[in-house]
Formats: sequence, structure tokens, C-alpha cells
Amino acid sequence: MNRLKKYFKNKVNTDTLNVYFTAGFPEINQTTEIIKALDVAGADIIELGIPFSDPLADGPTIQKSSETAIENGMTIEKLFEQLVNIRDETQIPIVLMGYLNPVIQYGVERFIKDAAKVGVDGFIFPDLPLIEFKHEWEDLLKKEDLSFSFLVTPETEASRIVELDKNSSGFLYAVASSSTTGSSKTSVVEEKTKNYLNKLKELNLDNPILAGFGIKDKKMYRMINSLCDGAIIGSAFITHIKKNGAASSSIQQFISSIKE
Amino acid sequence: MSNYKVDENGYYGKFGGAYIPEMLHPHIEELKNNFRHIIAEEEFQTEFSSLLKDYVGRPTPLYYASRMSELYQTNIYFKREDLNHTGAHKVNNTIGQILLAKRLGKTRIIAETGAGQHGVATATVCALMGLECIVYMGAKDVERQAPNVNRMKMLGAKVEAVHSGSKTLKDATNEAIRDWINNPDTYYLIGSVVGPHPYPEMVALFQSVISDEIKWQLKEKTGSEFPDAVIACVGGGSNAAGAFYHFTNHPNTRLIAVEAAGEGVNTGKSAATTALGSIGILHGSKSLMMQTVDGQIVEPHSISAGLDYPGIGPFHAHLYDTKRGEFYSATDEEAVKSAYELTKLEGIIPALETAHATAILKKLKFKKEENVVINLSGRGDKDLATYISYINE
Ligand SMILES: Cc1ncc(COP(=O)(O)O)c(C=O)c1O
Repeated sequence: MNRLKKYFKNKVNTDTLNVYFTAGFPEINQTTEIIKALDVAGADIIELGIPFSDPLADGPTIQKSSETAIENGMTIEKLFEQLVNIRDETQIPIVLMGYLNPVIQYGVERFIKDAAKVGVDGFIFPDLPLIEFKHEWEDLLKKEDLSFSFLVTPETEASRIVELDKNSSGFLYAVASSSTTGSSKTSVVEEKTKNYLNKLKELNLDNPILAGFGIKDKKMYRMINSLCDGAIIGSAFITHIKKNGAASSSIQQFISSIKE
Repeated sequence: MSNYKVDENGYYGKFGGAYIPEMLHPHIEELKNNFRHIIAEEEFQTEFSSLLKDYVGRPTPLYYASRMSELYQTNIYFKREDLNHTGAHKVNNTIGQILLAKRLGKTRIIAETGAGQHGVATATVCALMGLECIVYMGAKDVERQAPNVNRMKMLGAKVEAVHSGSKTLKDATNEAIRDWINNPDTYYLIGSVVGPHPYPEMVALFQSVISDEIKWQLKEKTGSEFPDAVIACVGGGSNAAGAFYHFTNHPNTRLIAVEAAGEGVNTGKSAATTALGSIGILHGSKSLMMQTVDGQIVEPHSISAGLDYPGIGPFHAHLYDTKRGEFYSATDEEAVKSAYELTKLEGIIPALETAHATAILKKLKFKKEENVVINLSGRGDKDLATYISYINE
């Protein structure tokens, strides 16, 4: 059982914080430091972004962090090099998030095997179509015991939510509002967000549900955790480390501001 | 024989499909589930044809260019898409899509543009229908295509300058797609045969009027519907798709596509996708694109904003892959020289994009008795400043 599945199996009545950051941002060699600092500070899951030149689902904050990371020289090869000893130092579940094109150039099978080798637990690729997932990814993921999270949104039909949940493992990613990442829509439509997450709960899905996009403070973090299994914070964390640096004290301060 | 029509999953051979985040899934489903039956309706067809006739000015002439034919020792016909209202082929597609958008009940229209021709064509049909229009345009293109920016504004569109990435068509397209994600009730009026299925198919269908007309016009002039070659420039590939459409299953008609080589294919400042690209995913479809070995999309270069794009549509990738299409490229300099030659000999100032298609006459030899149709995709008014400064340098 991978660390992500184990985490949710052992979870009892606690909230869950999944933190996203772009690998290679702000500096090329900070990836493992940031992961360890997030673990120590109390994050529960890491969503590690593989930068892409044309990130369609991302708002300005993550677009810019991706641009910086690419300029810094981050690649999939480099990332796997950096992660090679990570499991000697932390057991926090790590999920890679990105866009399909860099993976296709690396080779899908090679990518999945190498990710498993360094101790990655799962993937999120928002632009991977379900048919291609079934055709090319599903068996390879099973063989390596890696999870895959599909996205659902407030506009996704119930029958499709069930289908995407069936094909996911680890957790299902609930996009909190119809928007790109870092959107301010999530806060202004709290009522809508509530109804949507309640609807997901009523579907009795197989996977735990983590909600993300536009979650930026303690109040929203609490609200989301009261409605589903946990929250994903990305743009707000990127903004914080851009302003305050990525030293462990800065990361501790951010996590405390959310969790305490 | 290969099939050049899209399959039920939206693929042309191994290219195409819909590689989109879940946020766009309902938008794309709505289009996919509705566009075929809407455009098959008689009422739609009637309105579409009558607007193309009375508003756009179709059919556009098929003109026998005698002085160019004399120079190149073959029979050269120009399909005069430059004579369409708004000055390029782009309007064929915007008329079709705006009628579709109206029937889907959309009131807010967004578009991307490179040269500004698609932006102008979109702003035009939005004015015609009384709909809100927002056009995303790379900041670099806003500068080099100023006349079109002013036209869009006069037509009532809001032009959003895009400052990310290479500040050209690729980034304008990213920004339009992000707008669409954030505004689910909006209609995205895409300008070329790119993007997720069903856009490439839909845009090609609306542009297929070009080859439809070429067939009967050529028959009137020569007795045969089929030219020996059709030549068109390729940015995303919409004018080429329209000009090739009805000839793809006729192997005796050569389909010749011309991409922008920029300063030269191997100078690092080029937009020649088939020469420099490999299979990948951009803007929601799998196709050929220019990228690094790590899968980052490369910034292209061309003097022509409309060809300054690092990919080609999946239909063209399939034509290239199956060798049904012949792909060449022309440099900035070759295109400008060709534009001057065409202007001197025939009194036609072509768009910079179009001048890449005509430039290929210097490289390819045709037989004296052959009939060669070149798609004159647009007129050069928007490019005068570039033409003049290039020659003065
Ligand atoms: C006159 C003209 N021709 C060609 C193009 C290239 O587009 P496509 O390859 O879709 O025909 C453009 C794009 O702006 C254009 O304005």
C-alpha cells in the first residue's frame, strides 16, 4: 500500500492539509528542503508541481512560478535526481502534478517506473483524458501501486463524477469553483461551494475527497475540512514563499497560520 | 486508402483528441453534442450561405494570374480570399461559429488572435449580431499589427494584450482558454484548425467553402474540377484546411503547405513546425509542435504574426505523417520579396502570411500545362508598415 492510501486508511477525525508547490521554485535546489520543512511544519500531503511552459489550468501565480522554475532549469529528469534519497528523510505522501506534454517526451512508462523508484505515491494530470488513462496508464500504475487523482468540478455531472471516482485512487480532486488555480471565486460563492461538496458526499464515493483552487486562509481551510476530507493549498503558499522565502521558519509560519 | 476525416473520438490518425482539464469538459461536450445537428439544419445552412454571399461577398473569384503564370511557366490561379469582407479567409469561420454561438444561447464571445485578422473577423460578426466581444492578443502582436487593433476597437471589441511567455499567438490562446475556464457561459470562437476536438473539425468545415468553390470555378475555366496542386500557407492551418478539404481524397491533386521558416529553419528563429517539431500536446490537442527535449514549448519566430505559432492543427499533422501533404517553408525575406513581386506583376498586395505561400513558386517547378491554385488567404493592408521598413533596412 502506498503512503497516500496508508495515510487515508489511518486517518481518524483529523483535518488534512495538502500543500502544492512548483518544483524548482523559488530556487532550483530547494525541492527536498521544502518537502522536509512542510512535513515538519505539519502538512499532511505534498503536491509537487512539474513546471510546464503552457499551464492552461493555472492562474497567474502558478504560471509565474512555473516560468521561474523552467528558467532555473527544472526538468523531470532533474526532479527525479533530486528526489532519489527523499525516502531516507521523510515519509510524507508525495503526489506529482503537471501537464501531459513533458511526460510524453520523457516516456509514460519510463516516467511511471522512475517515479515509483524514488518513492512518489501518486499523480495528478488534469489534461489526461480518461480513455488515454485506461489505455496507457492504468495497468502501469497498478503494477507500481501508484495512485491517480482525477478532477471533478461543480459542473461535472453525477454519472461522470462516479466514473472519475472509480478510476481514481488515493483521493478524488474536487475543484472548488469553475476557475483556474488561485481564483478568488471560491470565497465569494461559499454557499455554492457548500452545496457542491455536500452533493459529492451524498454520492458515497470510493475515494476521500480533497478540495482545492482558491483556498487561501484558515477560515476557508476549516470550512473545506468540515465539508470533505481535506483541503489543497497552492497559490497562497507560492505567494507566501515568494514574499517571505522558503526557509523552514517561513514555511512553519505559513502552516501555523492555516492550521492553528 | 487513408481516411482524412476525423474519427468518432476526434482523431485524425494519431493526432487530435481533447486534452483538456475537467473544467472545460462540459463546454466541449456541449459543442460536441450540438454542433453537427445545428449546422445540418436547413435554417442554419440558409442563414450561413446568405451571409457568406451578401455580407462577406462570396463566392470569391478564382483569378488566372497571367503575368505570374508567364514568369513561372505554368498556370497559376489565385483563390481571392483577400477580397472577403475584413480582408481574409478568417471571416468564413467566424460567420459559421457566431451562428452556432447564437443558437447555443451565448452572449459573451472570446477569441485569440495573432495577425489580428481573426480578431477583426470576430469583432465584426459580434458587431453584426450585437454580442459582447473580448479578443486576446499577444503584446508583441498588438504592436506589430496596430491597424487591426484599432479596427477591433472601432468594432466595439475589447482587446486584451497578453504579456506572458512569448507574447504572441500561443500565449493569446492560453489566455483565451483560461478565460473560458473562468466563464463557463462564454463562447470561445477559435480562429484556426487547432484546439480540442471538435474545433479542428468545425473550423475546417466552415472553411471548406474555399475548395468547394475552387472545384466549380476551375471546372468552368479548365473543364476539370481538380487542380494539379493547391498551395496554402499554414499557421494553425485553417486557410490550408479549407483549400485542401475537397481534394484530400483525390490523390492526383498535390496538397502543398508552406510554413514560416522565420530567419531560416536552423537559425533558432523559425516557426517551421514540421521541420523542427515532434508529437506533443498543446492547447488541448495532440499534434506536431516545436518543443525542447524536456517537453517545454519553444517560442517560435516569424515576421508574420499569423504564422508565428509553434504548432499546426492535427489535420495537417496527419497529412504530413501520411505524406499526403507536402510541407515546405519560406523565410521572412523570401516572403517579403514574393509580396513585392506579386504586387508588381499582378497589382495585388498580399498579407505577409499569404506571401509565404507564393514564395514557394521560386523553389518548386511545375509543368507548363499544370493548373496550380494558390490560396490568397488575405490582403496586405495590415502589413504595409512591415513591408516598407523591411525594404528600407
Ligand atoms: C491572411 C492570413 N493567412 C493565414 C493566416 C494563418 O492562419 P491559418 O493557418 O489558420 O490559415 C492568418 C492568420 O492570422 C492570416 O491572417
